[in-house]
Amino acid sequence: MKKFFIGFAFVSLLIAGVLSYFASGDPDGLDKTVEDTGIAEHAQEHPFSGSTFADYALGGDDKFTGFAGVLGVVVVLALSFGLFWVLRKKSDAR
Amino acid sequence: MHMSDGLLNAPVSVAFLVIAALGVGFALVKARADLDDRTAPMAGLVATFIFAVQMINFPILPGASGHLLGGALAAILVGPYVGALCVTIVLVVQALLFADGGLTALGANVTNMALIGTATGFLVAVALRKVAEKGKGGLAVVAFVSAFVNTLFAATGFVVEYAIGGAGGVEIGKVALLMWGLHALIGIGEGLITAVTVTSVASIRPDLVHLLKGSRKPLEVRS
Repeated sequence: MKKFFIGFAFVSLLIAGVLSYFASGDPDGLDKTVEDTGIAEHAQEHPFSGSTFADYALGGDDKFTGFAGVLGVVVVLALSFGLFWVLRKKSDAR
Repeated sequence: MHMSDGLLNAPVSVAFLVIAALGVGFALVKARADLDDRTAPMAGLVATFIFAVQMINFPILPGASGHLLGGALAAILVGPYVGALCVTIVLVVQALLFADGGLTALGANVTNMALIGTATGFLVAVALRKVAEKGKGGLAVVAFVSAFVNTLFAATGFVVEYAIGGAGGVEIGKVALLMWGLHALIGIGEGLITAVTVTSVASIRPDLVHLLKGSRKPLEVRS
């Protein structure tokens, strides 16, 4: 059981930390749609666009995308595990 | 598929913040029944995996890419309510920590990807449950189809929101055609990723696949 969970977490780390460097930089389906139709002109700057990890980088330097990815994995894991653990029904069988 | 602020007008953005809050609240209440000492850690890992895979934009056409949304993937593995919460957590972290997806747009983004995507993916998966129980091939097909459908419906969410109160007054047919065309291609990627992920989990830990819970013929466990 533990082995599976550790393996699953490791796969996520590998994807976010390493594979993320190979991701396409082209706009995704929604971005492409709003760019091609001109809707994108109405897009507002993200209020946190100047923040440290904005756009999965470190201070705007996307050499650190893998680092941002690993950070995101840790944050999502901590938040979601915490939430789901609190929400769960307590079982007597362990 | 994370929209920025400003693409939808303020009243529509607020309306979808309310809709998203109601939907997530409902999921929070219903999720309890699907969470125990075994499935809670699994749910955390599913959210984490979706975050990681969403970083990987894959090319679909010259100049356009797509990424996993994760609704069907989450719903098949941990159920629709927990699944919706998984995708919501991912979207909140992306918006707050990585400036990916606007803040006033968060309601619409959660509605499309976490609520619509997960619900439609789950409904298709349940409708095809008998096929999924036939074995790994059946499960792969069901995962692919439900993920493809979740992508198209999540895209439709944006089309509807834009029709109600989008900025710029672009003809809705044009928006719909682009969104559906592009997301039909993205849906193939979503389907493949979902099929590979779900069947991998099912080969190692079939007991952790929510869709197969109570299945008469559990998939054989390879050890």
